[in-house]
Order: sequence, then C-alpha cells, then structure tokens
Amino acid sequence: MAANQTLQRRQSQLTRGRLPSYAVWVVLAASVVLGAALSALIGFSVVGWAVITAVVFVVTATIVTAVGEGERRAKDRLVTFLVYGAFLLALLPLVSVLWTVLERGIPGLSYNFLFTSMNGVTGAVDNASVENGTPVLGGAYHAVIGTLLITFWATLISVPIGLLTAVYLVEYGQGNRLARAITFFVDVMTGIPSIVAGLFAAALFALLFGPGTRTGFVAAVALSVLMIPVVVRSTEEMLKIVPNELREAAYALGVRKWRTITRVVIPTAISGIASGVTLSIARVIGETAPILVTAGFASSINWNVFSGWMGTLPTFIYYQILTPTSPTAPDPSTQRAWAAALLLILMVMLLNLGARLIASMFAPKTSR
Amino acid sequence: MSNRIDVKDLNVYYSKFLAVEDVTINIDARSVTAFIGPSGCGKSTFLRTLNRMHEVIPGARVEGEVLLDGDNLYDSAVDPVTVRGRIGMVFQRPNPFPTMSIRDNVLAGVKLNDKRISKSDADALVEKSLRGANLWNEVKDRLARPGSGLSGGQQQRLCIARAIAVSPQVILMDEPCSALDPISTLAIEDLINELKAQYTVVIVTHNMQQAARVSDKTAFFNIAGTGKPGKLIEYDETTTIFNNPSVKATEDYVSGRFG
Repeated sequence: MAANQTLQRRQSQLTRGRLPSYAVWVVLAASVVLGAALSALIGFSVVGWAVITAVVFVVTATIVTAVGEGERRAKDRLVTFLVYGAFLLALLPLVSVLWTVLERGIPGLSYNFLFTSMNGVTGAVDNASVENGTPVLGGAYHAVIGTLLITFWATLISVPIGLLTAVYLVEYGQGNRLARAITFFVDVMTGIPSIVAGLFAAALFALLFGPGTRTGFVAAVALSVLMIPVVVRSTEEMLKIVPNELREAAYALGVRKWRTITRVVIPTAISGIASGVTLSIARVIGETAPILVTAGFASSINWNVFSGWMGTLPTFIYYQILTPTSPTAPDPSTQRAWAAALLLILMVMLLNLGARLIASMFAPKTSR
Repeated sequence: MSNRIDVKDLNVYYSKFLAVEDVTINIDARSVTAFIGPSGCGKSTFLRTLNRMHEVIPGARVEGEVLLDGDNLYDSAVDPVTVRGRIGMVFQRPNPFPTMSIRDNVLAGVKLNDKRISKSDADALVEKSLRGANLWNEVKDRLARPGSGLSGGQQQRLCIARAIAVSPQVILMDEPCSALDPISTLAIEDLINELKAQYTVVIVTHNMQQAARVSDKTAFFNIAGTGKPGKLIEYDETTTIFNNPSVKATEDYVSGRFG
C-alpha cells in the first residue's frame, strides 16, 4: 500500500526535464503585457505593440525553454515560432486585401450596380446623387458582360491549343528536338509582359483588318497569348503523372494510341487539367493593360465580341479611379470601382469553386 | 486455331544495348509456359516482344521473327494493335483504369475501341469474363463501383478478366502474383490452370514453386554479368527442368544455389 502510494505521487520519469505545458502561454501573456508597456513608452501603436510582443515572446520563450528543457528543445521552439511567424506574415496582406475590398466594396454592391451599365451616367448624375444623398446610379453590367465574354473566348482559344501542345510534349515528343524547342518557347511565353501581348494582338489585327481594329475578340487573342503557356505547363505536369501502366494496359488491350490518350490518359488527369485551366483564367481575368490596347473602353453594353469596343471589370476600375465620372464629386466613382473589384474577386472565387466541383466529379474514384 | 508461338533467332535491343540475345523457342498451343531466371536477365523484356509491347518504350527494337501460327508478328505490314488484340497481357502490378467502374474495366477493350455492343451482350460478356477470372461471385453486386476499390488480388483478377474479355488467343503474364498474398496467388494459379483449356498462357515468375505448380514447360533465362545480354539457357518440360536439368546453371538456379 505504501509502495503503491509513492508510485502514484512520484513524478513520471518520462516527463522529467520538461516544462509544464502552460509555460509557453504564461510567457506569451507576460510578453503581451510587457509589449504594451514598452510600446507605451515610445508612443503607443497597435503595430508597435504587436512587433515588440512578438520579439519579446520569441526571445523569452526560447531562453526559458533553453534553461528549463535544454538546447535541443529551445532550437525546436525557436524554429517553430519562426515558421508560424512567416505564415502569419504571409497571411497578413491577403487578409488585409480581402478586408479592404469587402469593407469598401459591399456598400456599392447593389442591384442597380449589378444590372445597369454606365450608359447615360454623367458627372451631373453623380453630382446629383452626392448632393441629394440618393443611391449611386450606374453600374458594371457592361463590364461584367465584357469580362465574361472576353475570358470565355480567350479560354476557347487557349484550352484546345494548350491541351494539344501538352499532349504532343508528353505523349509524342518525348524529349525530341521539337519538343525541347516548344518547351523553351513556352517558358519564354510565360515571361511575356501582358502589355506586350496586348500590343502583339493589336498589331496583328491592325495588319489583318486595318489599323484601329479594337474588339473583344482582339482582347481575347491577347489574353490567350498569356493563357496558353500556363495551360501547357499545368496540363503537361498533369499528363506526366498519369502512370505509364495505364497506357500499357490500354495498349495491351489492342487500343490505339490516340484512343488511349483521349479515353484513358486525359480522363485520368482531367481534375488536374481543370484546375490548371482555372488558374490560367484567374491569371488573365484581372488583366488591364492588354484589354485597353485591344478592346478599348466602353461604358455601354456590347454583346458582340467581333465588333465595337468593350469594357471589362479591370478597365472599368481603372477608369473609375483615374478619371472619375464627375471630377468634382469622385466618391460615387470610387464606390463603383471598389464594388467592381469585389465582383472580380468573387468571380475568380466562383471559378475556383466550379473547377473544384468539376475536378471532384471527374476525379478517379477510390472509394470502395 | 492452334495459337502456337514460334520464336526464331530473336535479338532484343534498347537503343544500342542488346538486352536479350538469340532466343529460339517453340511455345505449344493451349499450354502454360513459365519463364524463370534471375532479375535483369531479360525474361520480362522477352515476354513483351511476344505482343509487340516492347516497342512502346522509346528506342526499343527487335531483330528476328516471332510467329503466331506461322505468321510473323514483326512483318512490316503488321499493325501492332492487331497483334495486341490477339495476344493479351497481364502486368506485374494490378492496373485497373481508375476512372472506370468494375464493369467498365472489364468492357474497356470493347468500349475504348468504340465498338458497338448491345447492353445484353455487354452484360453477358462482363459475366463471362468475370466468371472466367474467378471474380464474379465477389463483385457481382457492385459492378458499378470503381475498380480501384478492390483488394490487390481482386484487382489483378479484374485485370485478367479485362484481358480475356477481348478474347485473345494467347495471354502473357508478367509476374502476375508478385504483389499478392498467398491466397490471392492461389486463386490466380487455379485460374491459370483453367485458362489453359482455351488459351496459350506464358507466365514470367520469380517464384520457382509457382513455375513448378502451374507450367507444362519451363524456360530458364540467365545473364553472364551486368551489361551482358540475357540468354535462353534451357527450355524443357517443367519436370525435367526442376528434377533433371541438362545444364549446370539451371540446376544451380532451381536448387537455390544462386539467384
């Protein structure tokens, strides 16, 4: 009985030389207090408080651990803190951007904004709404249409070209000279500044259809120059990771190579390809410069990509900020710009969600 | 149709490297022939030349003749796809198509070639092939489930069902049991014995007991050293190879003295 009691009271041999688990939280609490005090000394600010707290906490916690648990654990703690710190730093701008866009965009996001264009909305209208305190008129409907149409056409051009290029590189080229040359030029294309792609498309159509040809389709061609390398690269990687065994299994059943590619290889990789295509769309949907030089700018609705200037969300934002509709009362324009920015982010998010849905629908099934 | 395979003076290359040298072998119709030998001696490489799967690898080529019932597979006018339709293959690792259900996996040879098949014919073919592969009773209630959800042994039998669904004349098996447990192995060995009634079966194996159990004839391949080509050392009735081989190297190998 007595021996049993000493066994229960005795501290576990396995946890000797370890600080209690609340030690780190105690240090954190002390650091927060100390940080507040120190930042008050040099003029209080939230940023100063956070920075001082972080530095004090990391240094103190490391020292406490080194004394209490030894050098190895101290190094482990220090690196853990640094990794978490890096993660928080990386998250900071993202959260900040999202917050700003939500905060400033939501007030402008009305039915009126979503379903009317800027046609007929002049400086006088904006002045009137500011003076009378009435809701801001005019919206981004034309820009949403333009963005969707131009991106749709760019995708329509890029995906077949990119997909077939990747199929050639992986299934037929297999490291021959042409394949290596294509890979090189695709890499070069990845680095083309977007304005250069815009100038290229503008120049090409000026050559074919006369100078000053600016339509949504020209913009789509410019965007496809930017999209194709992304599609090729991501599709290539996805096709490469399709196991060779599946190709051989199909060949061994007497299936022709192109059928093997279209019926076995591409379906197996389709989820990865779909997310690659989505990424490439996200890459170009926010482009401004190439749109300005190829599709120009419009404030009214244009459903025809083959004729007439076209507005998109990025160019809409650009013009609303740079040249407010009413120079004396720029607030309605600013509000419209932020709402359009929020809309653009929402569109990219929806696109991502859609791609995930497609991916999970086509993904190889593993469940029993 | 007798479905015999005769190989004459076959040299197999990977680019300039001679992997298998000067093989001459006659494989009887409706029999099981086992290829044994140490790793890297060219058994699998040689097996793949029997249905022109070898040339799928870039730079791989073949010199010599492989005759299926007297017709040379390597005649310049022969379409390798035709050859592979007649001579099926089962691989070392089970490789069902991950995007397809069990039923679609069995029908893969038909569906991937866009051949028209009525639903009743398809159902009959699925049942016949799965019964042929001893898998019907285990999967008949979940034909619409993905093939990759089966156990390893079931997947391998699914691959065999897939191979026999295109009704080949010859079935090549490249170490079909090396990734399987003893019970699944037994199921596949039983299956090989049944397949013999209709098909010519050629099997590569590292397991000498397996070769002794399932095969009628056994071919022993060996390699003189790294970088040297593999050669066919001895080819005879399985009982002769295991009990009374005529070459010393064969005896050393089958008695476990090396390899």
